[in-house]
Amino acid sequence: MSWFDQGWGLSLTVFLPLVGVGMLLLIPKSQERLIKFVALGFGLASFAASILLLFRFEFGSSEAFQFGTDLTWIPAIGSNYHIGIDGISLPMMVLSTFITVLAIVYSWNHWPDPHNPKAFLALILLLATGMAGTFVALDLILFFIFFELVLLPMYFMIGVWGDRTMIRLPGFKREVETRLYASIKFFLFTLFGSAFMLLGFLAIYFKSDPHTFDIVALHQAGSMGVFDGTYGMWVFAALFLGFAVKVPMWPLHTWLPDAHTAAPTVGSVLLAAILLKLGAYGFIRISLPILPEQAQTWAPAIAILAVIAIVYGSLACLAQTDMKRLIAFSSVGHMGFVMLAISTLTEAGLNAAVIGMVAHGVITGLLFFIAGSMAHRYHTREMARLGGNQTLMPIMAGILAFTAMASLGLPGLAGFWGEFMALLGAFNPLAGLSLGVFRTAMVVGAVGTVLTAGYLLWMLQKVNLGEPSEEWLGKDLHDADRFELAAWVPLVVAILAIGIWPKIVFGATEGAVANLIKTAFGG
Amino acid sequence: MFDYHALAPELIIGGTLLVALLADLVLPENRKYLVGVIGLVGLAAALLPLLTVGFCDDLPFCEGGAARVMFGGSYVVDDFALVLKGLFVLTGIISVLMSVAYIESDRYYQGEFYFLIIASVLGAVIMASSRDLITLFIGLELVSGPAFLLAGWRKGDVRSNEASLKFFLIGVLSAAILLFGMSLVYGLTGEITFEGIRVASAGLSEEPAFILGVIFILVGFGFKIAAVPFHFWAPDTYQGAPTPVAAYLSVGSKAAGFVGLLTICYLAFANVADIWGPVLWILAVLSMTIGNLTALKQTNIVRLLGYSSIAHAGFVLVPFAMAAAYDAEGLESAFSASITYLLFYAFMNLGAFAVVIAGAEKAGSAEIDDWAGLSRYAPGLASLLGIFFFSLAGIPPLAGWFAKFVMFRSVMGGGAGAWGVALAVIAAVNAVVALYYYARVVKTAFMDPVPATAPLELAARHQTAPALALVLGITAAVVIVAGFYPPILSFFGDAARVLSFGG
Repeated sequence: MSWFDQGWGLSLTVFLPLVGVGMLLLIPKSQERLIKFVALGFGLASFAASILLLFRFEFGSSEAFQFGTDLTWIPAIGSNYHIGIDGISLPMMVLSTFITVLAIVYSWNHWPDPHNPKAFLALILLLATGMAGTFVALDLILFFIFFELVLLPMYFMIGVWGDRTMIRLPGFKREVETRLYASIKFFLFTLFGSAFMLLGFLAIYFKSDPHTFDIVALHQAGSMGVFDGTYGMWVFAALFLGFAVKVPMWPLHTWLPDAHTAAPTVGSVLLAAILLKLGAYGFIRISLPILPEQAQTWAPAIAILAVIAIVYGSLACLAQTDMKRLIAFSSVGHMGFVMLAISTLTEAGLNAAVIGMVAHGVITGLLFFIAGSMAHRYHTREMARLGGNQTLMPIMAGILAFTAMASLGLPGLAGFWGEFMALLGAFNPLAGLSLGVFRTAMVVGAVGTVLTAGYLLWMLQKVNLGEPSEEWLGKDLHDADRFELAAWVPLVVAILAIGIWPKIVFGATEGAVANLIKTAFGG
Repeated sequence: MFDYHALAPELIIGGTLLVALLADLVLPENRKYLVGVIGLVGLAAALLPLLTVGFCDDLPFCEGGAARVMFGGSYVVDDFALVLKGLFVLTGIISVLMSVAYIESDRYYQGEFYFLIIASVLGAVIMASSRDLITLFIGLELVSGPAFLLAGWRKGDVRSNEASLKFFLIGVLSAAILLFGMSLVYGLTGEITFEGIRVASAGLSEEPAFILGVIFILVGFGFKIAAVPFHFWAPDTYQGAPTPVAAYLSVGSKAAGFVGLLTICYLAFANVADIWGPVLWILAVLSMTIGNLTALKQTNIVRLLGYSSIAHAGFVLVPFAMAAAYDAEGLESAFSASITYLLFYAFMNLGAFAVVIAGAEKAGSAEIDDWAGLSRYAPGLASLLGIFFFSLAGIPPLAGWFAKFVMFRSVMGGGAGAWGVALAVIAAVNAVVALYYYARVVKTAFMDPVPATAPLELAARHQTAPALALVLGITAAVVIVAGFYPPILSFFGDAARVLSFGG
């Protein structure tokens, strides 16, 4: 199996879905069954490869990049096909292949208009390549390509299969369909950020000596303080713009509620579960280790923005009438916790960030699945009209309640660890960071957890409890079907498993995080 | 002395030209397409000596080094010249392939059409090698002269007449300005060859008449490459001209203008970069910004591509702009950045025009609104539209990203300083603005409902011509493969950096 460990395993994980896209294009549109099986096959193959890597991973030395390879890619600019995973990227990569498979399974009998499974599944697989690739790339340009690769498929997914409700934008006379507005807004925001991110990468390249895009070599250079002073500040700012839009951090988050709400169910799931993580992962993989000095200067500002996001996201949730939009805004708050954790620059913080991302991926992914299935049946997402779901669809309501509990951070379920340890990290941030700012952030963040519990319970009360409205009586509302359960049960299991035994994630991250903090910040 | 091996491409194209003209005389009306076939064969044959000269060192029968200097230094065949000749010949081949069905449907003067396109390509091929003012000027006029006629090809169409006349008047005006500038430079330096001018101009950067001469030359080329504020002819001409001709103008003719600008700036005016650097900084910013902002408002897809090509001219100019601040290594990287950008741009823009030709036939119009729902009745064509337009926007993994990347790279490195970073930031914002109008066309094709007036029956019956389909296939393949593996194109851009600077 040595070929597998020397780059092939990772490459297969990343590129099998892309091969799948090519295969799908060759199959005529009318062969829907075949198309579904081929897509599922490639999704599963990629997942299997990532699981095999998980089992072969050397947890004892999780700070080292494993299964890597380093091949010439674009000699003209000195960029290599350098890949590898450590304890931080491993959980993220497995999460992305896992969610992809579930997205394909869920799609089996849920086709948003205008149908066309071939194109839809091809886009999911293209996304899968971009997502997994971002987590394994160890070259800035390679990272950039994978980071951007997710834009096109998501743009089309939202724009073609998205929500057709008409909205009127302030300042415009004509109404426009939500999907059209949301898709281009998502695209423009992200591209704006990543254009500056690319400039930042180039600035890093030209400052490093010898010039290199290699992330591992740059980690070394960063820990020796090559990128210092004002230069470093501008570079950090440029990278910040790219990553913060993707996370998204307040006040760059405004594309998120629109995109998540307008996207088809599977699109929302992938957006929330994986795409948002790309930004936060970028902070951990690139900004912190390469620009440690600037990270310390920026940390209080990031912490403040993060707690604003937590409180703002929660309050915005309380103002929503649309169930899907509420879940979308909850992502702003949850990613706020992740960013707060990152800004502490401590071991506890970064561990919290990774487990928080994994937990948010499985929990919010599941919430979006359920919201999509409910909208599919009720043809509305207005919480005021839903009500009484518990009597109409007990299984779905049960899973919704379970997931909401996980989302609000109930101990014993996955969401707890990320929030709890983020606050713990904020209590005791890296030496030299302002205690005042971080402890205040901790208190505000703690208030945020209460607000989070508030809006989720409020949602449960509106959607699950009470008497079903007259309009649903006599309608044929069937409970979760087998495809839905096939997609959801694994997520429920994951939420429980991570909640009860967080070592699943920490086992991988601890060593890598400790090493990162030690080399970058000396603590 | 004559180096027949190095001159073979020019000789072959020149011979093809004559054969095409003769063939047109003797062929019956329904066989005129054969002139096009002759042209294709001739152009393809011209590629062969380009390859053998380029890889001369590896071939047993071939003698001589990489840079072959002829006619007292006026005509040089080096790697730079070979790469650009290859680009021009390929552009010619693709333009002819695009034209076959298009021109046949118009039913007149097929033969001359191919004759003129090949003549224009010959001019461009000569320009790539010319290293003195006169050869450069003659090459440039040989590019432009046939192009004036091609633009007015659809005689019965008022727009085509307007296109041709506008293009002609502007072309003559720019030639006059260019000549005036050249005469000033010649008068002050007493030299015609670039090398001579470079040496003689060392102390002249303060001399007002010399500065005027340099600026006039820049303005003359500014018209050719349609940089703002010398751009206003381009959209009208592109829209009025037959679409394959517009494709040729926006790639072949424009690249020829850039070749002139590149060689003259980096070779002849290497010592006075502090004159042309700032001027081109301003031209780059204006072209990107105004080209993009105007493109936002366009309703006709050919006009949109016209403005987009103006914006792209700005992107190609970006690496020039900081020349004054560069060291030798920086200059080289800026030089190859411009060429690499041109190479990538050529394929994606030709592809975009091919899609526009095919799409206009399917949808029955070149108005963007009429393309609504194209993906419903022509999914393949709509996908190609997405590929080329997003590539032009520079979205990975399509090839355009790499062109943008080398452009950014050239201004961020080499001690470019605050002005370089400012230019990079302006370019970055422009790249985002550009996405909006490219995405709007794709949105119309993929996300809008099919209008009631759409000629669906016609579209169902209409088959894309095989030659056009071939063009689409080749360009799409290049755009996708070069996106994942840029070296297949960037190799040539990189090879071309071995221009003998001051050598």
